[in-house]
Amino acid sequence: MPVFWLVLIVLAIAGAGFFLGRSRALASAGGDSRRLHSLPKYYGLNVFLTVITPAFGLLALWLLFQPLVVENRVSSLLSESAIADTTTRDLVMSDVRRVADGIGLAIKAGLLDEGEAAELIGDGALRDRLGKVGIALGSDIAPEVLVAAERLRALNASASILLAVVVLAAAAGGFAVSYIVTDKDFRARNTVERGVLIVLVAAASIAILTTLGIVLSMLFETRNFFAAYPWTDFFFGTKWAPDFRGNSELAILPLLWGTLYISFIALFFAVPTGLFAAIYLSEYAGPKTRAVAKPAIEILAGIPTIVYGLFALITVGPLLRDYFAMPLGLGQSSSSVMTAGLVMGIMLIPFVSSLSDDIINAVPQTLRDGSYALGATQSETIRQVVLPAALPGIVGAVLLAASRAIGETMIVVLGAGAAAAQFNRGLGELVNPFEAMTTITVKIVSQLTGDTDFASPETLVAFALGLSLFAITLCLNVLALWTVRRYREQYE
Amino acid sequence: MTDITSTPEARPVSLLAPDERTRKRNAAERRFRIYGMIALGIGLLALVVLLTSIVRNGSGAFFQTYITLDVALPADKLDKQGNRNREEMAKVSTFGYAPLIKDAMAAKLVEAGISIDGLDDAEDLISKDAAAQLRDFVLARPEVVGETLEFNFLASGRIDGYYKGRVTMASAARDSNVSPEQLRLADALKGNGALRTRFNSSFITAPDASENRPEASGLGVAILGSLYMMLIVLALALPIGVAASIYLEEFAPTNWFTDVIEVNISNLAAVPSIVFGILGLAIFINFAGLPQSAPIVGGLVLTLMTLPTIIIATRASLKAVPPSIREAALGVGASKMQTVLHHVLPLAAPGILTGTIIGLAQALGETAPLLLIGMVAFVRDYPGAPPDGFFDPASALPVQIYNWTQRADPAFVERASGAIIALLAFLLVMNAIAIILRRRFERRW
Repeated sequence: MPVFWLVLIVLAIAGAGFFLGRSRALASAGGDSRRLHSLPKYYGLNVFLTVITPAFGLLALWLLFQPLVVENRVSSLLSESAIADTTTRDLVMSDVRRVADGIGLAIKAGLLDEGEAAELIGDGALRDRLGKVGIALGSDIAPEVLVAAERLRALNASASILLAVVVLAAAAGGFAVSYIVTDKDFRARNTVERGVLIVLVAAASIAILTTLGIVLSMLFETRNFFAAYPWTDFFFGTKWAPDFRGNSELAILPLLWGTLYISFIALFFAVPTGLFAAIYLSEYAGPKTRAVAKPAIEILAGIPTIVYGLFALITVGPLLRDYFAMPLGLGQSSSSVMTAGLVMGIMLIPFVSSLSDDIINAVPQTLRDGSYALGATQSETIRQVVLPAALPGIVGAVLLAASRAIGETMIVVLGAGAAAAQFNRGLGELVNPFEAMTTITVKIVSQLTGDTDFASPETLVAFALGLSLFAITLCLNVLALWTVRRYREQYE
Repeated sequence: MTDITSTPEARPVSLLAPDERTRKRNAAERRFRIYGMIALGIGLLALVVLLTSIVRNGSGAFFQTYITLDVALPADKLDKQGNRNREEMAKVSTFGYAPLIKDAMAAKLVEAGISIDGLDDAEDLISKDAAAQLRDFVLARPEVVGETLEFNFLASGRIDGYYKGRVTMASAARDSNVSPEQLRLADALKGNGALRTRFNSSFITAPDASENRPEASGLGVAILGSLYMMLIVLALALPIGVAASIYLEEFAPTNWFTDVIEVNISNLAAVPSIVFGILGLAIFINFAGLPQSAPIVGGLVLTLMTLPTIIIATRASLKAVPPSIREAALGVGASKMQTVLHHVLPLAAPGILTGTIIGLAQALGETAPLLLIGMVAFVRDYPGAPPDGFFDPASALPVQIYNWTQRADPAFVERASGAIIALLAFLLVMNAIAIILRRRFERRW
């Protein structure tokens, strides 16, 4: 039975339960709702929730674990001899899955009868029929694969029947229990509210689960990577040269250099601009200028990064190449550290300015008034009173901007180039801002898009890079949030 | 102002004539102010340059060159059995239709009396996609076979580029895909009225096209994919985000568990988006076995990314509801849950909606995580209707833009910029709705 119908049936039971529970409660009070402990709808809601919670919980768990259990049992059918030297168990299993899907589709389309598949094997007839329903197989199907596929279909079929029985039983059980306890003295509201609170806590916990998911998924694959590639070479090697035939050199240092260099240029551009813009907006600008300029700057923050990436690719890159890099003899590439850094700087201006604006506005007016009273000009007040007072907050804002710059992907993918920094070519090339250079994020994208083989270190390195990136940005974020929070508390 | 005591004799004799140091301080004041204006100017200039660059490059994508031809649809070639059976007619591939267009072009040249020396392959003026379009048209309406009908075909990418300034006579001489003679023919057809540039609605509705047919590529699949993902994000992130915020703002006790959640949320808001892509690849695709390139996976990843934004906005608007409302509700006997759900939440709803729309706008423009979960794949088929369509392969607007930037033909740069205009238009609409909602319903206490 399709899951969709199962969900509908459970919802129908729950909906009916709502009205039945409600009327049973009213009946037990002789139709006088004032004699009930809670409002009548709470009795209905109690039945409703008791029906859907266990049923949907079971359904979710079942759907999560059914593939794992079924595939494990099917996989054990395949002997080692069935797996040729050239393939792996995973590949054979994916064949099994496709054959099983194909047989299912073929039976549905009337091209195949149940149990006929086994007779067709050998002369490629089965393969032809599966091809007709859109399942193209590279080679003819081995008997063992077919047996496994039939077994997979049988297990899946019985599992889905079992699932329907279990879920409907849970729903019925929930209905029975909650219907029986429904009575005029039953504290329905308290029960329902406790249930709702549990749902709220569960929703809040998703944040923890997400972080856990991020860390665990990357840790797991990173461990696989370090099993195939020495960690010392990854952290301390100096060359990035992946080669899908093996013998790759996968060191993080060249990528880290590109990342930090581009981020530095971006911050070098964005921090003074953003800070001065914030100072002007919060201290000098009249209400009219502020009403126009502040939203305009914030539009920059709402523009997706792919737009900045394209801007770097088609406008800034060629401009810098033609008017700076080529005349100065510094390079011919339109994608360069400078291109990416400059465009990323533009992206970060609103980030720095709106955070600094908040922080400067939080400095108490009394500090400014005291300074004016001593005869200081406005700029002297800003430089010597407001900024020192706001400094911790501004540092926090800059750290957050740095974290954003390090993790930025699309601008560097389109603007910075794909060649990793090469340490053996000397310092000149390394610090040349018009040289193309690549970053951690670019390499995560390039190693994980296209055909990926999750057994090779060239693919797995992306997880190690991702984990390093996560660790770096996590440190920056925590530090920044801590500084900003401490600063806020100071003036509250 | 610091060394007043050291030089008392340097103080101004007259209040009207400023002395040297006052002048210096005033100059410093002016300079500082100008720095601020310059910084603000740089920001605004960047915005203007960015937008003009995109609009200038991309507006061409919405206009396309079309060539009008009268095509004869001979029954003996398209329907050999003569019974207008769709399945039998489908056996004639696009190669069977290409000669019809070639003949139509030749007829047009004769009719208009155009002859150009050294011209070969006049039919190359028409997009290679035209044969497929013609075939689709005929298969959809078999009864037209045997008639001669007028069709508007897309001109090929190079001819289109000629009228948009990308291709010149000089560049055509070096180009293997187009010749100067063909450009002259295009000019002649334009004079004749058969070649026209007009609004290209298929840019919004058509699916992507292959590498050498930039003129036929469109955003249809990408817009549908993005729409599906936004539906998923809305359906998941809004309830979960609101529930989490209610707990944290109204019920959570101050203990370590709450602290852990708080730290997690503020950290997740700043985690690089690409990391969410790795999460999606590892958990949703490799572990849970969901299909690649499917809107469901993209939607789930974007939900996780959008949650912190929605939670932060929702908490701010819950916080803005004055405590007196809660006290009044509690005072007349409502439970804590009733207070929150019946009184606080409705009052906070406009703020929550605004935050949700802004979160959705952010999710709509997000690219990096979608690259990792296989949305870069070349998809030409529209995904089916939900809920099954959520599992079909699809593209997404920003990913389609990225895809086009990776192609060699310069016509795709125009397409990518045009797609950005479409993307920005969607974002503008969403943000405008958010602003209107805020203006209309925001309450201040």
